[in-house]
Amino acid sequence: MTKTISGSRGLTIEEPLLFEQGSPEQCGVDLEEPPAVVDRLGGLRRKAPIGLPGLAEPTVVRHYTRLSQKNFGIDSVFYPLGSCTMKHNPRLNEKMARLAGFADVHPFQPESTVQGALALIDLMAHWLKTLTGMPAVAMTPAAGAHGEFCGLMTIRAALEDRGETRTRVLVPESAHGTNPASAAACGFTVDPIPANRRGRVDLAALKSKLGPDVAAFMLTNPNTCGLFEDEILEISEAVHAAGAFFYGDGANYNAIVGRVRVADLGIDAMHINLHKTFSTPHGGGGPGAGPTVLSAALAPFAPLPGVIHDDTGFHLVEHAVGSGRKPCGRIKGYHGQFGVFIRALSYMMSMGADGLRQSASDAVLNANYLLARLSSDLTPSFEGPCMHEALFDDRFLKDSGVSTLDFAKALIDEGFHPMTMYFPLVVHGALLMEPTESESKETLDGFIASVQGLARRAKAGDGELFHNAPEFTPRRRLDETAAARSPVLRWSPAGGNGDKK
Amino acid sequence: MSKTYFTKEHEWVTVSGDEGKVGITDYAQHALGDVVFVELPDIGKKLAKGAEAAVVESVKAASDVFSPVTGEVLAVNAAIVDQPSLINESPEEGAWFFTVRLAALDEIGEMMDRAAYDDFLKSLE
Amino acid sequence: MRYLPLTDADRKAMLAAIGVASVDDLFIDVPQAVRRDAPVELPPHASEYEVERRLTELAGRNLVAGSGPFFLGAGAYRHHVPATVDALIQRGEFLTSYTPYQPEVSQGTLQYLFEFQTQVALITGMEVANASMYDGATATAEAAAMACRITRRKSILLSGSLHPHYRSVTATALQFSGLTVEALDPDPLDLEDLIGRVGPETACVVVQNPGFFGRIVDLSALAAVCHDEGALLVVAVAEPVSLGLIEPPGAMGADIVVAEGQSIGNALNFGGPGLGLFATRERFVRQMSGRVVGQTVDADGRRGWVLTLSTREQHIRREKATSNICTNSGLCALAFTIHLALLGEAGLRKLAEINHAKAVRLAEKLQPVKGVRLLSQTFFNEFAVALSKPAADVVETLASRRILAGVPASRFYPSYPELDEVLLLAATEMTSEADMDSLVAALKEVLS
Repeated sequence: MTKTISGSRGLTIEEPLLFEQGSPEQCGVDLEEPPAVVDRLGGLRRKAPIGLPGLAEPTVVRHYTRLSQKNFGIDSVFYPLGSCTMKHNPRLNEKMARLAGFADVHPFQPESTVQGALALIDLMAHWLKTLTGMPAVAMTPAAGAHGEFCGLMTIRAALEDRGETRTRVLVPESAHGTNPASAAACGFTVDPIPANRRGRVDLAALKSKLGPDVAAFMLTNPNTCGLFEDEILEISEAVHAAGAFFYGDGANYNAIVGRVRVADLGIDAMHINLHKTFSTPHGGGGPGAGPTVLSAALAPFAPLPGVIHDDTGFHLVEHAVGSGRKPCGRIKGYHGQFGVFIRALSYMMSMGADGLRQSASDAVLNANYLLARLSSDLTPSFEGPCMHEALFDDRFLKDSGVSTLDFAKALIDEGFHPMTMYFPLVVHGALLMEPTESESKETLDGFIASVQGLARRAKAGDGELFHNAPEFTPRRRLDETAAARSPVLRWSPAGGNGDKK
Repeated sequence: MSKTYFTKEHEWVTVSGDEGKVGITDYAQHALGDVVFVELPDIGKKLAKGAEAAVVESVKAASDVFSPVTGEVLAVNAAIVDQPSLINESPEEGAWFFTVRLAALDEIGEMMDRAAYDDFLKSLE
Repeated sequence: MRYLPLTDADRKAMLAAIGVASVDDLFIDVPQAVRRDAPVELPPHASEYEVERRLTELAGRNLVAGSGPFFLGAGAYRHHVPATVDALIQRGEFLTSYTPYQPEVSQGTLQYLFEFQTQVALITGMEVANASMYDGATATAEAAAMACRITRRKSILLSGSLHPHYRSVTATALQFSGLTVEALDPDPLDLEDLIGRVGPETACVVVQNPGFFGRIVDLSALAAVCHDEGALLVVAVAEPVSLGLIEPPGAMGADIVVAEGQSIGNALNFGGPGLGLFATRERFVRQMSGRVVGQTVDADGRRGWVLTLSTREQHIRREKATSNICTNSGLCALAFTIHLALLGEAGLRKLAEINHAKAVRLAEKLQPVKGVRLLSQTFFNEFAVALSKPAADVVETLASRRILAGVPASRFYPSYPELDEVLLLAATEMTSEADMDSLVAALKEVLS
């Protein structure tokens, strides 16, 4: 490819760091002169310069616009990232979250001035409880992993209240890494449960590990292989017979919302990733929200605060004393991810009971369409229909010299975000595709054509194409080993732990 | 006189007298990929056989190194901390991890010699 | 339904390609007993204008902070957010992208997070920072746990100056970890003796600066004692705008600095989402939790960025990870970094000067009011006063006159009757002289 003088290539424009632009006296905001006062800083005025650059507003706008152009997003490309549910993010959600009556409200205003905000949290809770059939929900977890932490904390508090010491949490090998990490954070030891040949929990292995020291069994359902745990009722019965709690990881709830109620599965606690099932933006990695539905046995132990309703209006319960509850504590500042609730509720109201059910149906239909159309060129890991995501392994690449990673990178050049790779860990070289309900048949057909074509090229021995991919991106493959061996985590004027260009 | 023994966890220990020098095998470094970080035990730490003694990390994996023997740590190899790539380049020679004063010499009998380890590797294929 | 592109004809063709008669056949693994044939008891789908109508009605039931005189802080601050910030964060390539796991198509997110990490390190006076956490409270808990890993000690001491939510979140998060959390009583007069409590068992001392009740404290002596005893000093900052004016924790010897970043670039949003800032010394970086971006080169030798040091994290380490945390607060971090880019060195300093000057003006205006006594000798943009009546009652009375008059300490500490009369008052660049005069007039009336 011809090298340009600037390094930019048409729409792909090289952009230096903020710190390599502007000058300290430049500024992108206009501020009034402060009133003259005698300071009350106690002699602790900042001495040295901070080291921030100064840029005028147009420079800042161009900087971030150029950076944005180096990203794939759902708005621009098909993003079948398994386990992450990259569905459409409606802009109505954004508009609603920016209403002054929501955005410009302080968390510690008197209750009488925030009745609308409390009503919104209560309404959101009502939707989640009705959809899942669960009697209670803890609204404050900030993300899925935080919801796991909340659920396990609540379980631990309930066990202590019963006077029981149970120290083990059982987690399937196929689980997200957050499951064992959350269990460890709550002081439990983690015991893995193997999968059976059908990609589901090995029920016999589970039963053999259940005992009087088991606090909980954690299960993602549909599981991380994209399969519904068809023995879930037997699992739930066995877990409860052992006196343990059944924790549901709701990461894949989008596959069953409106079609299956969580309460009917015997689950005691389950977090719901609002950024997956209910369309709030992933935002390059957050913020999310992970409200956690709870059974009646666990409800009194939910963390503070909670919203209640009586004749005088809505109230926040911020303290245990006098509340009639036995909360496990507080897990988050203020009252939860309020801004995320607005977006999720805006989506739920838009979809309604019928639309949410249809979204699960379409998500499952789209995934099975990919599974069916790709089965002859790729190697599906398990037989039978899948739920919302289709799992393949790397047997189809055997002896091609092309790895799952290479295959994914070649998809980038085709204009698609890759599927999830190497997860779940229970199959070799996993490729996990989650199309979501947001994609049209035309998009899926285009993707299928590219995947089929690439698979045939790989088998035909065109290894070089894959090893060199991606070629048409702002950067080609990056040296992650060098980044980890001598980490440069910030810019600094002297270079050193800074610019090593 | 020294002799090298191997474990099923792909560690080696070279024994001379009551001193053992411990590292990971070529097979282990290959499985890990480019090593980017190593954490070694404190000198003087008493290790039980099978206890977590060190951590070795690549970009995508972190692996505990379990002590193949019981004993007290005598020395650690600072060179691999400064330059973890040595583990990929010279796993079974220059890139040793630590040395221990062996507390239970009979543990050596439970390990494999080179020929047995090679057979073990073949069985993994 | 506007969010669903499949038509009935598409569905039919796709079912045929799959080889099943209906979508229900794809749910055959769901036990018959739990399949539901009808939608749940919730309203059906609605048009965009219908949803707008319903949510706007709810929003209308709140008293908007900007609709009158407003003096609330206590960890959440009402600053002006430039229009540019909100326009840029809504670009689809930022808003609708995932965690930057594929660096070749995520350089935008990775570069701004690298710049964000640099900004956080600079304003806190530290060496390195992560790509953000949920909020200031959870970041504090992560910092305390990290200090215990580094020092291999188990005792955590929380100052009474620490935000009550940061205290309770830390205590909750660590209650089953085998660590001990000692939280000192709330301390509006700065009487506590932290130095005397640091000992050979102490893993860390956690203080807030400016403190929850407003005071600015020189932490150098405390840092020195901590280091002599082999403990770490963790400093929480609830109002990062203060770092434009006062000596940063890094310059006073802090080992870990955590902060709530909301007040730069982010609206109040009734308290969430927040933005946890987390900075530390370079030598502690492998014990830090949370996502981190690092610099490297691509296959053509060009500078680029990747997520790095991932082996600390849950998706690799599972139960041995430094934390279960999986996300950061990406979009809030983007808003923060854009706002700070617009402010720059000169702008942040001037914004901080204005905030402080406004608070000093407010304190001066309140000084002569009978029944108001200033408790904070030093402060940034927020201070504590003692009233002659219970603060919660006064706040309620003034709210009925559409004056949002601050945060009563009793809201956090109902079991400390000595705090019943304590009120926290904040001023920012948004606070006008007229707002202050309205508050003063109303207080004169209510307290007389």
